Amino acid sequence: MSHKKLKVSAIKNGTVIDHIPANHLFKVISILGLDKISNQITFGTNLESHKLNHKAIIKVTDKYFEDNEINKIALIAPTAKLNIIKDYEVIEKKVVDIPDEVVGIVKCFNPKCITNKEDITTRFSVVSKEELALKCHYCEKITSEEHLTII
Amino acid sequence: MKGKSLVSISDFSKDEIMEIVRLAGDFEANPGQPLLNGKVVASLFFEPSTRTRLSFETAINRLAGSVVGFTDSSSSSTTKGESLKDTIKMVSNYADLIVMRHPLEGSARYASEVSDVPVINAGDGANQHPTQTLLDLYSIYKTQGTLENLNIFLVGDLKYGRTVHSLLMAMSLFNPIFNFISPEELKMPEEYKMFLDSKGIRYFEHSEFTDIISEADILYMTRVQRERFSDPIEYEKVKNVYVLRNSMLDNTKDNLRILHPLPRVNEIHTDVDENPKAYYFEQAENGVYTRMAIMAAILGLK
Ligand SMILES: [Zn+2]
Repeated sequence: MSHKKLKVSAIKNGTVIDHIPANHLFKVISILGLDKISNQITFGTNLESHKLNHKAIIKVTDKYFEDNEINKIALIAPTAKLNIIKDYEVIEKKVVDIPDEVVGIVKCFNPKCITNKEDITTRFSVVSKEELALKCHYCEKITSEEHLTII
Repeated sequence: MKGKSLVSISDFSKDEIMEIVRLAGDFEANPGQPLLNGKVVASLFFEPSTRTRLSFETAINRLAGSVVGFTDSSSSSTTKGESLKDTIKMVSNYADLIVMRHPLEGSARYASEVSDVPVINAGDGANQHPTQTLLDLYSIYKTQGTLENLNIFLVGDLKYGRTVHSLLMAMSLFNPIFNFISPEELKMPEEYKMFLDSKGIRYFEHSEFTDIISEADILYMTRVQRERFSDPIEYEKVKNVYVLRNSMLDNTKDNLRILHPLPRVNEIHTDVDENPKAYYFEQAENGVYTRMAIMAAILGLK
């Protein structure tokens, strides 16, 4: 076994989420609800990466994510890549794309927005993907990356 | 437009805006058209706004419709903790149309999604007030004979003033030139300037209110409010700089008209009121005809 593979052991079936910015690892775990499921999970963090200064990796056994779950990660870890594993083989690779519309994931930054007062599914259109900027479908105010709160 | 809600001015196309302007002129010429006879309009004011409410209710009465509703949330079921959704669901069973004013931003869009009947936004917090914009457009059209190729001066609080933002968006459909006159603290936000850049619309920014207004076709004045300034000294410095006085109108164009969403504080000196270029009181009256036009169009009666 090579030195590299020793760092985080391989899984038989499930999903490997690679290239997570190390500083966002625990947020990714929380967004995906990985702290609340009983699947076997291993993760490594502060690993060296060509693309990122420090990356983190999560391996979840027997778990395949829906697209809307993946979208949630894209908002804080746009560099993340998913490897779908079946019988120790990578059968599919997925990149996480920031969607054009964000539904039910982010809280509107505007305290006077109706979505913060009534039980409403939030909806945003993504007006900028580089410097993340979300425009609320309801109050029309912009929520930017620094004010981003995941519901 | 039949069956369509009016939440934001961008909900209406250029053609639809022109249709409202045309209908408003029609209602002004023939105000006695009982088109809403037998119709019920719910007027839901979750916060008081006497001026807007009276304008709507006058328009409904002129069209021979009936009004139900409340004038502030203390007399509504929201004080008992009812959600906006439940109130709108209930009212949309009774009424043919809902006119709503609400302090929370986005409330009108949400109401239009849960309502079975069209919703007209009469102001949702600092967000949108599209019927004000349409009455501004009707006033501009009426005084200039066109909405195309005009030089529009916006003066005062350009940062927080929702009326100037909506007017800017709507007028951008008509190839205008904009001039912005405001204190540094209350400049037109970057997002609106970027929008104008993307459309190739020319605009100029000024911090001084001087004889540059000799170029203006429309001078749209707004309030500079004390509470917008974190430093009270800054407010004291600017509060008398953005005041229009009659003497400043000497070298202006004959077709210039002065608009203001009212109520004013001191930004238009009372000595302007008698000048034929003062148009803000007629502008308010135009609101009734414009709201008649909007309601008739949305109910498919015109
Ligand atoms: Zn919002």
